Amino acid sequence: MVSTSAPGSAPGLDAAAGLDLQASFETLLQGVGLSAGTAHLLWLPLPMLLVLVAAVVGVLVNVWLERKISAAVQQRIGPEYAGALGVLQPLADGLKLVFKEDIIPARADSLLFTLGPVLVLIPVILSWLVVPFGQNLLISNVGVGIFLWIALSSIQPIGLLMSGYASNNKYSLLGGLRAAAQSISYEIPLALAVLAVVMMSNSLSTVDIVNQQTGAGILSWNIWRQPVGFVIFWICALAECERLPFDLPEAEEELVAGYQTEYAGMKFALFYLGSYINLVLSALLVSVLYLGGWGFPLPVEWLAGWLGQPIDAPAVQVITASVGIVMTVLKAYLLVFLAILLRWTTPRVRIDQLLDLGWKFLLPIALVNLLVTAGLKLAFPAFFGG
Amino acid sequence: MTIASTTQQICFAVLSTTVVAGALGVVLLPNVVYAAFLLAGVFLSVAGLYLMLNASFVAAAQVLVYVGAVNVLILFAIMLVNKREDLAAIPGLGLRRLLSGLVCGGLFVLLIRVAFTTPWGSGPEPVGEEATIRIGEHLFSDYLLPFELASVLLLMAMIGAIVLARRDVFSQDIGTGEEVDQGLIEKARTPLLLDRSAR
Repeated sequence: MVSTSAPGSAPGLDAAAGLDLQASFETLLQGVGLSAGTAHLLWLPLPMLLVLVAAVVGVLVNVWLERKISAAVQQRIGPEYAGALGVLQPLADGLKLVFKEDIIPARADSLLFTLGPVLVLIPVILSWLVVPFGQNLLISNVGVGIFLWIALSSIQPIGLLMSGYASNNKYSLLGGLRAAAQSISYEIPLALAVLAVVMMSNSLSTVDIVNQQTGAGILSWNIWRQPVGFVIFWICALAECERLPFDLPEAEEELVAGYQTEYAGMKFALFYLGSYINLVLSALLVSVLYLGGWGFPLPVEWLAGWLGQPIDAPAVQVITASVGIVMTVLKAYLLVFLAILLRWTTPRVRIDQLLDLGWKFLLPIALVNLLVTAGLKLAFPAFFGG
Repeated sequence: MTIASTTQQICFAVLSTTVVAGALGVVLLPNVVYAAFLLAGVFLSVAGLYLMLNASFVAAAQVLVYVGAVNVLILFAIMLVNKREDLAAIPGLGLRRLLSGLVCGGLFVLLIRVAFTTPWGSGPEPVGEEATIRIGEHLFSDYLLPFELASVLLLMAMIGAIVLARRDVFSQDIGTGEEVDQGLIEKARTPLLLDRSAR
């Protein structure tokens, strides 16, 4: 809830800060006669609800894309009867899961069995706190930003271990242990790749990371300065999301369904939801860290200048904010498309190959990347954020 | 009383209750898996307390290191050797419990006394978002030596763990005293599920 409006300018219409819905909303409410505290309190739940809804709708879109793209890869048609092109299929899937019987195995530990999926889902949803869709279009511009996401994503393995243990099933336990091992192994190169980006932007805040990539449009995006980091981050993000080729924790041929084996109904749906929200979140963060976040391939300031519009005019601000949201989501879904295509075209790696890749390849490369970035930053401070 | 301070007090009450109850559960519960999960809850609540003190970087680091790494490793170790059986009865358990209870109670009374006799000032102003920069500066100036020593310690622990875990470092099996088959490090020579005492 950090408003960065400069003093003296009209709230909500700050040229440098872009569209600030919070300030506009609160001045509106205060104009009606509410106190500043009440206005702030009324504002607080709005962005949270909005982002929650966005995350869930994102999952529905994701499930539909997964079904359609997998069908296309395998030369099938995919869902086509539920709504036009089967767009209502994910909704039908969700409804089915809601009405399914909630089974807890007789010899399972019912408390931990119930708590496990919840612990998997909550950190993923909390991480949406730091995803920016525009200069002020995020729930909270916290200073530790991207580090908060890394910390929160490290809670997830505890939920997986918990559900694996509580199921009282050897496949579940093995799946849970594999998930935790995989998650710990890939967190390190992931954090090192993020660290290189953070070093260039001199800040952990996601907004600052995107701002550092503005200026020359597509040319100033981090992917040109951090190509190795981009690849490392993407591989690690896929491994953290347990997507093929890294879906070992739920490898069907070996482990039935890993830690999900004993789950049914809504508890299974929580895992399902968690994994898809995590995929969208990872794609959004890749776009924030490497693809310029909400930035248009051409700077909107130039476009507004060519069209002869002042950048701080209200209409232009609304348009740029909309363009920002569309660009963020577009970039994220391009990456989701890539992830789905990878899932349906690549075979699964073995557990030893997975750990070899993480520890013997990605970790040294990520360290070298960090070192090279530090060197380049010292040598060319103009290009690598001095 | 503003909304912010009320929220703060409620959060503090909830977090400290969770810390105390969770810590008691870690010590008193007989089921070691529950104890380990509760430990994660305690670590998370402590992170919440750091957050309330405006130390968001320390809070995130607490979650990353203690919950994400230490606690997951503890759980890992428990689950890899988990047998789901009650611990064997130890002779004189009652006396042992009484003694350890006395020691803990004495320590608790001592800490309470210290807490009440110390004149608590308001302390330095929290630096808030600046904290990350400040921590970095300290780590590379006056705390450089402890920082480096800690990393050397961790390196030693890591090498030690690798030496213990790799059987081909030794020519004899530590457990059984047999010659180690260097070609078959990945395979256990006796099937794990067979009863060893039958041989």
